[in-house]
Amino acid sequence: MGLFADKYPEVPYEEKLRLWEEVKADERFPDYLYGCYECGICVAACPSARFYDFSPRKIAQAAAREDVELIFEQMNDDVWNCSQCFSCNRCPRQNSPGGLITILREVAVNNGLKSAQQALEGYSRIVYKIMGTGTQVSPDMLQPDAFPDWGPQVKQVSDELDLWRRALPPETLHTTKTGWQVDDKTLIELYLIWYNTGVMDMIANVDEGLNLILSDVMEEMLEDAGYEIDF
Amino acid sequence: MAVLTQEITTKRTFDRSTYEPGEDFHEILDDLERRGELIIQRVPEPYIEVMTKYGRTKKIPLQNTWHHKSCGQCGHIPGYSTAIFWIGRKLGLNYIDPTDQTSCTAWNYYASATSNAAAQAAVAHRNFAAAYETGYYPIIHCGTSYGHYKETREEIMHHEHLRHQVRDVLAKLGKPLVMPEEIVHYSEWIYAMKEMIAEKQVRDFSDIRVTVHPACHYYKLVEEDAIYDEDIYGGQRTAIVTGLISALGAQPIDYSTWYDCCGFGFRHILVSRDFTRSFATQRKIEIMKEEADPDVVISHDTGCVTTLDKSQFATGVAHGANVGIPVMSDAQFAALAMGAHPYKVCQLHWHSTDYRPLLEKMGIDHEKAWAEFEEDLERLKSGEIEYLTWEDVG
Repeated sequence: MGLFADKYPEVPYEEKLRLWEEVKADERFPDYLYGCYECGICVAACPSARFYDFSPRKIAQAAAREDVELIFEQMNDDVWNCSQCFSCNRCPRQNSPGGLITILREVAVNNGLKSAQQALEGYSRIVYKIMGTGTQVSPDMLQPDAFPDWGPQVKQVSDELDLWRRALPPETLHTTKTGWQVDDKTLIELYLIWYNTGVMDMIANVDEGLNLILSDVMEEMLEDAGYEIDF
Repeated sequence: MAVLTQEITTKRTFDRSTYEPGEDFHEILDDLERRGELIIQRVPEPYIEVMTKYGRTKKIPLQNTWHHKSCGQCGHIPGYSTAIFWIGRKLGLNYIDPTDQTSCTAWNYYASATSNAAAQAAVAHRNFAAAYETGYYPIIHCGTSYGHYKETREEIMHHEHLRHQVRDVLAKLGKPLVMPEEIVHYSEWIYAMKEMIAEKQVRDFSDIRVTVHPACHYYKLVEEDAIYDEDIYGGQRTAIVTGLISALGAQPIDYSTWYDCCGFGFRHILVSRDFTRSFATQRKIEIMKEEADPDVVISHDTGCVTTLDKSQFATGVAHGANVGIPVMSDAQFAALAMGAHPYKVCQLHWHSTDYRPLLEKMGIDHEKAWAEFEEDLERLKSGEIEYLTWEDVG
């Protein structure tokens, strides 16, 4: 048992250990953890540590001690506060707490943890956009009700969107539903990557509905292009 | 070495310590190529050599470049991408603006983790292979794409299993595993050409006070091949952007929280913006105001320009925060110096924080410029023209 109280007593220790072993099995793990001086340089550099109850030092410490209970707790909570800026990479031991968090998050998603599902609520449309269209944000996302805090100019962009996009000299930027014009052939190759690397399974684990919608879009396009979907 | 036409204002002293350079990734890539594991796409001539963090040199190609665009730039601040292309065109440099390009998908990966190392590397190398097929050299517009691609380069170099997994996925697409000799960010291209840009400068920026926000994913992710220069902060801080500002004769002003991130947070900017706004305002904009009182913040990445610009409205109105600094990219700043139109090229009407006082200080009549842009919009509305073209914007 670790130093901290078990906040998830309903989850068997063996399950927490299994998830931790999955983290350690990631090929990148040895590159992200070399030990910890407890110097706190990572915390001083960390933006999330200033506004959340969050510490990259604790992430590195828990991993170095293999504190399975604390790591499970972090996997369900702390990891979603990280800004992924990698300011913590200035660690004098060459640790990357941000890199550890990338793996911890990935294992949380891969195993469909409820906390990961909750953390990604409201984020599905972004996942759909990037996986389905090949660009992360699109001009038509700039809606005043979605970004009221960005000021009145967002409404102006939204009102004039089609016109203002046509007023862009680069020919690839006349789009409103994608960041730029992406070829169908390119999208098909992207879809093949998602299917061949297990990403569609990850999506199914964390958001079954999103997986169904994405599968419909992708499989239709792949089948039209002559690919048999049997991954 | 940088050609500094303008001294950097700072109260701190900088001494370049002796860094211990680690492995040279070029040697590892050469070895992998010799063993038939991958193909290296060599930097085409002509190129300019610049210094990186540990004193090594990096080749920056000038032309025959394949511009790997950025999601956030193209989607929400399109004057950023437009300015990059415009500078290349003004300097007579050949390039491709490809449609056979996807996002690096790293914004989503850092936000949601709904992907994995093999998928991320395969996406990177699909794009690299697409560039290789054209014979043009990739130049990366987004700081996160640049940093993430360097991370995937590390993984491909050091993890054979992953390398072979990615190679197999690419084979199913009919593509080879190609690695660029150097992974080049557009701001490095601009930095390398800063004297050429300064030669084309038509506007006097000597009164313009500038704070620089260096992008985290540019120099914190795989730091070894970010650009440094002993003449800029003693080589203790990346020289990117500051070198350009100085070469254009503007005034780079130091501030204490230069190392802090902008607050973008990847998922936070989309679903937890209270954090983003607070951090951007309290740790960046207000401190810049207090310590440097700049006319403009210049950065070189999608997320940073978005965050620092868009976060100021709500904190200013709702909390009376000491905000109100316009934000733009180094590309837009350089384009304005070279005489670019603030709306037709730099597309500043997509930005939130008021930039018009800055334009006035730059000697630009923004009312006249907006009237000119509105004339173009009328031509578009009437159907006289379908799109604004490069020929239309000068």
